[in-house]
Amino acid sequence: MMRYARTALLSAALMPAVAFAQTSPESSGKVTDFVLDNGMQVVVVEDHRAPVVQHMLWYRAGSADEPKGSSGVAHFLEHLLFKATDKLEAGELSATVAANGGRDNAFTSYDYTAYFQRIASDRLELMMTMEADRMKNIRLTPENIATERKVVIEERNQRTENNPQALFGEQISAAQYLNHRYGTPVIGWMHEMEELDLEDALSFYETYYSPNNTVLVVSGDVTPDEVRALAEKYYGPIPANPELPERLRTEEPRQNAERRVIFRDARVAQPYISRSYLVPERDSGAQETAAALTILSEILGGGTTSFLTEKLQFDTQVATYSATGYSGVSLDDTTFRIIMVPADGVSLEEGEAALDQALAEFTKKGVDAEQLERIKLQIRASEIYAQDNVDGIANRYGSALTSGLTIEDVQAWPDILDAVTAEDIMQAATLLRREASVTGWLMRPEQGEAQ
Amino acid sequence: MIRFATALFVGAAAALPAYAEVDIQTVTSPGGIDAWLVEEHSLPFVAIEIAFTGGTSLDVDGKRGAVNLMTGLLEEGSGNLDARGFARAKEALASSFGFSAGPDQLTISARFLTENFDESVALLRDAMQKPRFDDGDIERVRAQVLSNLAFDAKDPNDIASKTFATMAYGEHPYGTVEAGTPESLAALTRDDLLEAHRNVLVRDRVLVGAVGDITPEQLGALLDAVMGDLPQSGAMMPPKIEPQIKGGTTVVEFDTPQSVALFGQRGIAVDDDDYFAAVLLNQILGGGSFESRLMQEVREKRGLTYGVYSYLSSRNLANAYMGSVSSANDRIGEAIEVIREQWRLAAQDGVTEKELQDAKTYLTGAYPLRFDGNSTIAGILVGMQLIGLDADYIKTRNERVESVTLEDVKRVAGELMEPDALHFVVVGKPEGVVSE
Repeated sequence: MMRYARTALLSAALMPAVAFAQTSPESSGKVTDFVLDNGMQVVVVEDHRAPVVQHMLWYRAGSADEPKGSSGVAHFLEHLLFKATDKLEAGELSATVAANGGRDNAFTSYDYTAYFQRIASDRLELMMTMEADRMKNIRLTPENIATERKVVIEERNQRTENNPQALFGEQISAAQYLNHRYGTPVIGWMHEMEELDLEDALSFYETYYSPNNTVLVVSGDVTPDEVRALAEKYYGPIPANPELPERLRTEEPRQNAERRVIFRDARVAQPYISRSYLVPERDSGAQETAAALTILSEILGGGTTSFLTEKLQFDTQVATYSATGYSGVSLDDTTFRIIMVPADGVSLEEGEAALDQALAEFTKKGVDAEQLERIKLQIRASEIYAQDNVDGIANRYGSALTSGLTIEDVQAWPDILDAVTAEDIMQAATLLRREASVTGWLMRPEQGEAQ
Repeated sequence: MIRFATALFVGAAAALPAYAEVDIQTVTSPGGIDAWLVEEHSLPFVAIEIAFTGGTSLDVDGKRGAVNLMTGLLEEGSGNLDARGFARAKEALASSFGFSAGPDQLTISARFLTENFDESVALLRDAMQKPRFDDGDIERVRAQVLSNLAFDAKDPNDIASKTFATMAYGEHPYGTVEAGTPESLAALTRDDLLEAHRNVLVRDRVLVGAVGDITPEQLGALLDAVMGDLPQSGAMMPPKIEPQIKGGTTVVEFDTPQSVALFGQRGIAVDDDDYFAAVLLNQILGGGSFESRLMQEVREKRGLTYGVYSYLSSRNLANAYMGSVSSANDRIGEAIEVIREQWRLAAQDGVTEKELQDAKTYLTGAYPLRFDGNSTIAGILVGMQLIGLDADYIKTRNERVESVTLEDVKRVAGELMEPDALHFVVVGKPEGVVSE
């Protein structure tokens, strides 16, 4: 299969984390967790093969926690945390990490904001001193705001405004969510980003940045005892915020109408179809439905042997590419996505009809037992491969624990996936309700309006 | 207190710890194929990287795109398995094989469980030695490549790369798109793919890195199994080329809100005595960290971009010193001016002692952090061989970085950087920027 450069990017972002490494005390990947007195949750993932450590601080606050009208403030604040604190000059944290041979960065999503450094393991203490400092002590100037706002606007230009596929995806999400913040892009709508100010940033910071709203994940050549001692010393003295708001968000009503998004842009080179269904996420203590959806996604669109690829690319040649995406790690209801690039000479309408016909056939035909067995074998193998990348395991704990899941949920996940039956999968397929879906067509302007 | 602590740590940075040993063995198979091996038996799997130098630059005249299309078809059926049969067999073993073609090498990245060793090797052998190139699969993958070409034709980054490459390398393989043109791609036949396979997958151009749960004896047997029947030598390597880059600006009109700029001048070879001085110079100028001069001047002080970088593009057949930036159409002009000014300043004055020290600490400290997983290390082993390094290079690399002096960097900045020859290709609707 030729790697499909552009649409693959879209689906890569949707790829499910299929499995988590098991805790296996004798080799790398051993996981230990504890909670500090101030409520900070700590996870340690050990790998002693190389003297390297990754230090990550995850906040249970993302773009879906922003106040209305201030879209993008969670991500804007993430940028501003690299400015000055009481003790550090603007840029000094990153410069210090680099001067110690490490690298650092941060990222924001709907449900979390995370900061990390990757560095020689004997520098962990220095990382903690600096990360603990900026949890409470940032000092922002009006110049910081003015300059960094330009930077995030250029970031939006680069990621979204310059990219019709990204603009299209934004419109589909906005149409999918009727009453939930997942319909607003993480980076923010341009007109609201332009108005973000110091007060917006500080208000978000003061509300959400406190130890009882964080998960510290340290992976690599460290022991749990070391991490505990350092975390108690540097993060321990920071008091919990008793007024941390409960994470209650507006919920989606039952969706009763299928929606269509037609996005036209002269920069579109390859028209395609994108379908999104509102579906459940992984819920703590009840991950079975999400597990079935995860395997359904593999069966329908997980590569050369998947059902849609067989139907749309081999049995008939109506598609050049097709794929599905589902990630159950989400605080609230998430989406199951299908994309299909029609072959040359096949219209979007014909492509969509073929896609719907294939989905209907799947409902009739059911799950191929051999395919299910191969998928489960790969999930089990991925637990072995995952131990080669403990930073990946760290990421999975960080994202799960900031998305409403517990350590136990994360550790139970491989077994829950393994227990999924063909019946579970067909039951999950009924959740792909047409009335809860958005079908998008990305296309070129029609003849005559190409200007 | 924190400033003091920081200073203390920076002061101690000269004594960075001795990192994990990456113990490289050189292995020669009974059939005479060489490979580098790092045994790592703690996890029950093997990662192998196999690279054939030459890659898409070995396309025959008039057959542009053949090597790329052939590479895409290696996992689309071989031996007695068709495309879907091959994929099912791979899944049933939980093995992964990646095939990719670039201008300097065709790369195969394989990963498989120890318990499925023999079956995985057999599958990899068939993919490498007995690809079927069935007609239906050729058409299917050809359509995917054509679709990718259509995407690239409307992508400002790809338009910039293509424009710059055409200007700098003309008819040389580095100057044309390796996937071909829609016309050249449409004309490729099954015989062309077989010829591309014969020309590229050959024993005297192969480099191998293996890491994981495998012994030298097992690796030797694997090498002979997967490559023993390949031809000894292949197509002639195209000549080296000096990029033709003159100072100035080329604007490519494209209706999009943010302009993308790619800039460059001539570069430096990896085997040049001054290469490490150039690496340090570039780290300080635009090497990707927040601390670089370009990031500080263009992003941190002026907010003109989300990212600005420069990099030494030192390849098998040509060397260039390149960079990129993107800014809104009404701000790209200022970003370009700032970059030109930084180029002039570095050429004229070199760098400061503090900048050099910081760059050395970063590069020497960051180096061992790269060796963080079997597949990654296998890739590094091949990368080292590709540029002609010895297996003991890892132990001496940081000393080479440390031995560069401030005078070296100043001299190399003066010799290498040519502010008047720096060319910008700008794709977008840049305001106040014109071709010149």
